[in-house]
Amino acid sequence: MRVFVGVKRAVDYAAKVRIQADKKAVDISNVKMAINPFCEIAVEEAVRLKEKKVAEEVVAVSIGPKQAQEVIRQALAMGADRGIHVTTDMRVDQELQPLAVAKIMAALTGEHDPSAWLLGKQAIDDDSNQVAQMLAGLLDWPQATFASEVEVSEDKKSATVTREIDGGLQTIEVPLPAVISADLRLNEPRYATLPNIMKAKKKKIDTVDAASLGVDLAGQIEVLEVSEPATREAGSKVEDVDALLAKLKADGLL
Amino acid sequence: MLSRAARTAARFRPATGVRAMSMHPVTALSEDEQALKDAVQRFAQDRIAPKVRSMDESATMDPQIIEELFQQGFMGIEIPAEHGGVGSNFMSSCLVIEELAKVDASVSVMVDVQNTLVNNVFAFYASDEIKEYAYPRLAGDTLGSFCLSEAGSGSDAFALGTRAEDKGDHWELNGSKMWITNAGEAGLFLVMANVDPSAGYRGITCFLVERDQEGFSVGKKEDKLGIRASSTCPLTLEGVKVPKNRVVGEVGKGYKIAIEILNEGRIGIASQMLGIAQGAFDATLPYLFERKQFGSAIGDFQGMQHQYAQVGMEIEAARLMVYNAARRKEAGLGFVKEAAMAKLYASQVAERTASRCVEWMGGLGFVKDFPQEKFYRDQKIGAIYEGTSSVMLNTIGKMISREYRA
Repeated sequence: MRVFVGVKRAVDYAAKVRIQADKKAVDISNVKMAINPFCEIAVEEAVRLKEKKVAEEVVAVSIGPKQAQEVIRQALAMGADRGIHVTTDMRVDQELQPLAVAKIMAALTGEHDPSAWLLGKQAIDDDSNQVAQMLAGLLDWPQATFASEVEVSEDKKSATVTREIDGGLQTIEVPLPAVISADLRLNEPRYATLPNIMKAKKKKIDTVDAASLGVDLAGQIEVLEVSEPATREAGSKVEDVDALLAKLKADGLL
Repeated sequence: MLSRAARTAARFRPATGVRAMSMHPVTALSEDEQALKDAVQRFAQDRIAPKVRSMDESATMDPQIIEELFQQGFMGIEIPAEHGGVGSNFMSSCLVIEELAKVDASVSVMVDVQNTLVNNVFAFYASDEIKEYAYPRLAGDTLGSFCLSEAGSGSDAFALGTRAEDKGDHWELNGSKMWITNAGEAGLFLVMANVDPSAGYRGITCFLVERDQEGFSVGKKEDKLGIRASSTCPLTLEGVKVPKNRVVGEVGKGYKIAIEILNEGRIGIASQMLGIAQGAFDATLPYLFERKQFGSAIGDFQGMQHQYAQVGMEIEAARLMVYNAARRKEAGLGFVKEAAMAKLYASQVAERTASRCVEWMGGLGFVKDFPQEKFYRDQKIGAIYEGTSSVMLNTIGKMISREYRA
C-alpha cells in the first residue's frame, strides 16, 4: 500500500512568536521554521508502517513556498521514499485555509491513488484541526482522527485505530482507504541520522503548482486582527497554609 | 549581455573546487550543512543537555550518549557511506563539533577527536586494507584515540620517547603516553613511536594498536578542571606486538602525519571553542533582559550594552575565521596559518565570553545551578590542547615572516 503523509512547515515550537506591526499576521520573516510536530508524528508512523512491511511506499506532501522543501527533506531523512511539493506563495498559516488544503490533497489523491492519508491532527500555527476531517469528507473516505495507535489488518483492507477522545480511548475499525490524523501520543519520532540526511538528498521531490490543480484556493475566512495573549499578572507569595486559606476566602474562591 | 560585475567575477573565477562557494558569504550554510546543523542541535538539546550536569559532576561520559552518537552518524562524518559513514565533509564535521559544544564541550571534543584526528589519519594515510578494517568500526561502535603526547613531550612533540623495535615479523612497542583524549572508552589507538631514535623525528611512525592487546594498558582517568566528562588517560605499552601491516602510513613518516593532522585538527578545536562562546552567550543574554535593577532590565544599561556588543562582535569574528579556515581546507587551499589563527582567536574569545557571562549573571553565574561556570571551566583547555597558544603564535609568526622575509 502507498501512504501519503502531509508535512507542514510551521513556526518552530520553541521560537518566540512576534506579531506583524499591522496586526494582521504573525511575523514569519525572520523566525525559525520547522516541521509541524504533529506532522512529524504522522511521518514517523508512516515510516514504521513501511518498516513493518505494511506500506510499500511513503510519500511526503507539503504545500507552501520554496522552503517547504526543507520539511519534505526532513521527512525523507526520516524514511519517506519521495516527496511532492505543491507550490504556492500564499501564507500557509492563514491565507491558504484548511478547505483549500483538503481540496489540494483530494486532487493529489485522484492522481496518485494512495491507500491512506496520514496527517497531523492540527498544525501548531493556526491550530485549525480541520484538514483530515474535510479531506475525508471530500474523498468520501472514512476518517480516524486523534490516533494514538494504528494497526493495519493483514489483508491491508482495514485499520484498527485507537483514538484519544474526551472521555478516554475509543477503538474503531475503518476500511481502507482512509484518512488518519495523528495525536501527540501516537509515537515518539526518531531523529534523522546524518547518513540518512545525506541519502535524503538523492530522493525525488516532484513539484506541482497549486494553481494547476484546478481547485479553488481562495480563503473563506478573513483575519481581522492577530494579537498577543494577555500578559499574566504577577502572583503573590504567602507565608503559610493559613495565609493561603485566608487569601482564597477573601477572594471568594473558597 | 553580462553585467560588469559578472564579467569581473568570471575573469577572477578560481580554477577548482572554490568555484562553487566563491560567491557566498563564508557563514552562509548550504542546504546540507543547515540540515546537519539542525539535526545536531536538536539531538544535543533533547538527548545530551539533560545529562550535562551529572556527567560533569561524576566526570563520566554516559555510555548511552556514546551509543546514540554512533547511531546518529556523528562518529563517522567524513567516512565514506560505503564504509558505514556519513560521507560528508570537513566543514560538516566542524559544524557538528560547534553545535555539540554549545551544549557540552566534553561530548564535543569526543566527537572532534574521532572525526578530525582519528578518522582522518586513516583517511589520508592508512592502506586500503587498514581502512576496510577500521572504518566500519570507527563509524559504527568504536572510539579511537590519537596518541602523541608523553610526560616529557608536549609542545616538543618530536622528543617522544616511545620506542618501536623491528622484531622481524612484527614491531614491539615500549613506552608510555599521557593526556590521551577518549582513551577511557576507545578501542583503537593510533600510537606514535620512534623506530630509530638516532634518526630523530624521521624515526617517528604511526602504529594501530587495539585496546585488548597484550602489554597495552590504559591508566587512571585524570580529574580535570573542565571537559570533565571527556576521558583523558595515560597509556602504558610494555612489549606490545604490532603486526607489520598495522603501520599507518610509511615507516618514519609519523611526524608528517602528526603535523598535518594537527594542523587541520586545530580547526576542529577552534569550532569547539566557538561553540562554547556561542553557547555561553545564548545561555546568558536572555537573563540580561529579565533581571531588573534600579527599575530597569540590566541589559538596557549602556554599560552592559557595550559589553555584550563587544563580545557579540568577537564571536562573529571568530566564526568568520573558523568557517573560513574550514572552507579553505575543504577547497584545497593553504590553511595552516588560518587554522592556527582560528584556534588561537576562538579560544581567546571563548575565554573572554565565558568570563563575561559569569559576571553578567552575577551570583548566579558563580554557582553550578547555572551553566556559565561550566562554560568558564570548559573553555580553558582551548589554550592548551592540540597546540598551546604559544605554539599557535609560533606557527602564525613563522608563516608571516616567510611571507615578508626577503
